[in-house]
This record gives sequence, C-alpha cells and structure tokens, in this order.
Amino acid sequence: MKRLMSGNATLGEAAVLSGCTHYFGYPITPQNELTEYMAKRMPETGGVFIQSESEIAAINMVLGAAAAGARAMTSSSGPGISLKQEGISYLAADELPAVIVNMVRGGPGMGNISASQSDYFQATRGGGHGDYRTLVLAPGSVQELTEVMPLAFDLADKYRNPVVVLGDGMLGQMMEPVDFSGLKRPPDYEKDYILTGAKDRPPRKIHSLIFDTKLQEDHNWKLHRKFQLIEQNEVRHETYLADDAEMIVVAYGIGARIAKGAIKRLRQEGLKVGLLRPVTLWPFPVEMLQGMAKTVNDFFVFEMSAGQMIEDVKLALGGRGRVHFYGRPGGVIPMPVELSRIIARHYYQAQARGRKKQR
Amino acid sequence: MLVATVFSGFGGQGVLSMGSTLATAAMLEGKYVTYLPAYGVEVRGGTANCTVVVSDEEIASPVASEPEFVVAMNQPSFARFQSILQAGGLLCANSSLVDTESARGDIEILAVPTSELAGKLGTLKVANMIMLGALIRASNMISYDAMLDNLEPILGEGKAKLIKVNREALALGYTYAKE
Repeated sequence: MKRLMSGNATLGEAAVLSGCTHYFGYPITPQNELTEYMAKRMPETGGVFIQSESEIAAINMVLGAAAAGARAMTSSSGPGISLKQEGISYLAADELPAVIVNMVRGGPGMGNISASQSDYFQATRGGGHGDYRTLVLAPGSVQELTEVMPLAFDLADKYRNPVVVLGDGMLGQMMEPVDFSGLKRPPDYEKDYILTGAKDRPPRKIHSLIFDTKLQEDHNWKLHRKFQLIEQNEVRHETYLADDAEMIVVAYGIGARIAKGAIKRLRQEGLKVGLLRPVTLWPFPVEMLQGMAKTVNDFFVFEMSAGQMIEDVKLALGGRGRVHFYGRPGGVIPMPVELSRIIARHYYQAQARGRKKQR
Repeated sequence: MLVATVFSGFGGQGVLSMGSTLATAAMLEGKYVTYLPAYGVEVRGGTANCTVVVSDEEIASPVASEPEFVVAMNQPSFARFQSILQAGGLLCANSSLVDTESARGDIEILAVPTSELAGKLGTLKVANMIMLGALIRASNMISYDAMLDNLEPILGEGKAKLIKVNREALALGYTYAKE
C-alpha cells in the first residue's frame, strides 16, 4: 500500500529495510526528520540509534561500527558534512563500508536551510584529504529513495567504500506517495576484515597510518584500481524524451524534476528538448554523454548552484558540442516556467546558429 | 488533468495540514500527488505555505509556476500569492481575516468567512478544514464523497475522536461554497 511520506522519513525507512542496524547523527535542518525517524524506528528493530555530541563523533561512530561489521549510516547537511570529511577520508583509506546522507542546503558557510545543489564538488571529488573517491547517488523522487538506499548499502559493502547519498532540502521535506513493497534488502557480504576478537584466528588490524611510502603507494594504487572498476560497472542514469531531442538538458536530483517540468512545457510548444539525469554523480555517465554528442550538438546544464556538474559535462564531452548553462545558487528554487524560458532562448539561438552554418 | 494548489497563511492556522490532508485524500483516490512545504525558521505566527499538485499522470515538477488554485488564510498571503495565480484561477480567501479586494480582474475570488463558520462548531481549530471543504467543492479536483469515506486513514492514527468534527467542518465549507 502507498503511504504519503516525506523524503527524510522515507530515507529512514528505506535504510532500515535495507538492513541498516546502526544510525549515528547530529541534528541539522533540513534533514532533522530523518534523525527523528531513526530515533523512533531503530530501537523498534533492535538497532542502535545515537545522537552524538557532534558530527565528527557521529562519523567516527560509523567508522567504529563498520569496523565491527555493522551496516551503519549517518546523515547531515552542508556544514555538518564538511565536519565529517576527515572521517570519510579515513573510511575510504580503511576500506570500510558506510552510507553518508547529505540533504544539501544553501551555502557556503552557515548558509540557509533551503534546498540547494551546492555540494556537488565536495561529494564527487572525495571531499576530505587524500587520494580517494566516494560513490555519489542522487535520487530524484521520494519513491526513488526506496531504490537508492538499498543500492547505497549494497555498493558500500560490495566495494568496501563510503557511499554518499546526495539529496537536498526539498527532497527531504516534500511528501509523495511511497510503496516499499519493491525494496530488496541487499545481501550480507563475507567480511574477512572486520574486528570481532581474534580468538582462534590470527589478529587483524584496520589502520590508515602507512609510514612506508612504497606501501602507501601500493595501497593508493589498490584503491585506484577499485575506483576504476566502479567507473566501469556502476554508472546509472535516466533519460527523458531524449530520443529525438535536439537539445539535451543535463540535471540531477530535484533540479531534474524542475527540468522535467520545463521540458514538458517546451514539448507542448514543439521544441525538441530531452533530459539526461545522472543518478550516479560519481561515477559520472561519461559514455552516455559521448554517445549523445554523436547526434546532439547542444547540451544545457541546469544546477541549483553557480555551476559545478558542468565541469563533468565538459570533461565528458571533451570539446564536442556546445554547453549552455543556467544556475540558481544560494537556496533559490526556480520555477519550471522560468527555466523553460531560458532553455527556449538558448534553443532558438542554437537553431539560428545552425541555419547560419548551413548557409 | 494536472492541478496545482498553493495553501498559505500564518503558522498555526493549519495551512500545512490542509495541504497534506488534500494530498493524502488524492493519493487514496489513486491519483498522483506531490506535497511541497515551504517554511523558514518558523515560529507560530510566521508565514507558512505549501504546494500540492494532483494529477492523473506522473508529476514532473512539485514546484508550481502558475497554480490553478490559491488558498490564502491571511492578508500577507493574499497579497503575495494572488500574483502567481494563473489567469482564470480561483483564489479562496479567508474573509474573516482578509480584505478580499484584488486588483486582478482575471481571477475568481471565493470569500469564505472561516472564523464565523467555525463558530457554529464551537472551535476555531477547524477553520482550515472548512476552507478545504469549500476548495474541494469549487475545484472538483478530488471526490468529496471518497474523501469522507477515507477520513480515518487521512487523519491518521490517534485522531479517531476528531473525525466527527472534521467531517462537520468539511461539510460546512462544502455547503457554503455550493451556495
């Protein structure tokens, strides 16, 4: 049966149904409903809920739980995620699974509590110090959280790496009908690295302090090979009205919802505009974009930031095609009609350029 | 059919619950629906609004550029949201608190004196449900009968004793809008 639930509450329930047994967090708007939900739900399922004294404590509790073999997560927003970066770097170095939810708000600094997409760089470039990557999943609807959360926990265990779920204040607060019946709990993985007491077996250790530079380099190459494997195997995306499109809008998360609204309007006016929505922001759907560039010349990047994902689009296209951009930073949520007007302007200008070329 | 409604008013007037009640009723009727609350660092008496989109097909954007309906429970909301209402749209205004004169000639205004009507039921707390009843009558966006049948799951657990007064409040608004 469908239930009308907020994104934050859905995230919590989806995590529980995915086998998450340990939640650690420190409150921050706009993701407090998730922490609240877990405070109620975790004890019901025999799990552990701790409201930590700080974000830094919470991420280190996640590290400890993961080292002991638990399926663990934490959540926060903007400033709180910045505080967690040291722990995320340690999780990546230690090759420990963890899910970190960021319900992005307007920034930088303390910013505001409105929805934003300003943490793309931080999420997709590792965020903390050192040579590492985090997988980044960007859900676009409340229902999609029931797919993204089990996937996040599965990828974390499969690759022994932290996974970031990058939502935003709007996805957290909005309510949509949700059906959990399709949610499949990810399998339990054999964990030959966890610390469970060394009775009847040789002791193990989990650490990231490697003084010998040669050994550190070996470790870095090992991580790098893993990240290459992830880039090969874990790209996910959605297209919308893209088959006959002459202009492709690239947008993710809630931005893609607004873009869909704009594209619906434009289609009614006969403009051939489609959408590419990366579901994984890292790894980025590079090949998909390159394939599209064979028939499409104009790509329109829309972000609720001053322009971050646009760098990945340009890297993927490698100079092919023309990249247009519209962004609203600072927590402003643009209306579909506003976006559709901007896209239409670029669309007609691109057509005019095409005619000129033909002449 | 895709219909967007913006509910607006003071925090504490039941503006968000009006929206979530409509959204739940629409969902139970089998429609696609999104509910998007907008609030800042709110206190009782601050402004609150939410957008509810009800549709027969999948909803692209939960943000509504030009809603078909606006519900304004107080004067600041009336002033702010009448401008985004689409031409030919309907503005349901709480005339107990709102001066319903509008400079726009291309919209309809339904004035509902919710406080006076709520007085008949002995509690001001159901002013929002009176307004919702009026909106449902005027908009036809969901089935009123189906909503009454589903009132128990719509209001949720622990609200069983409030079903009667909510039903009366919805009926009061519905009948008022009919007349």
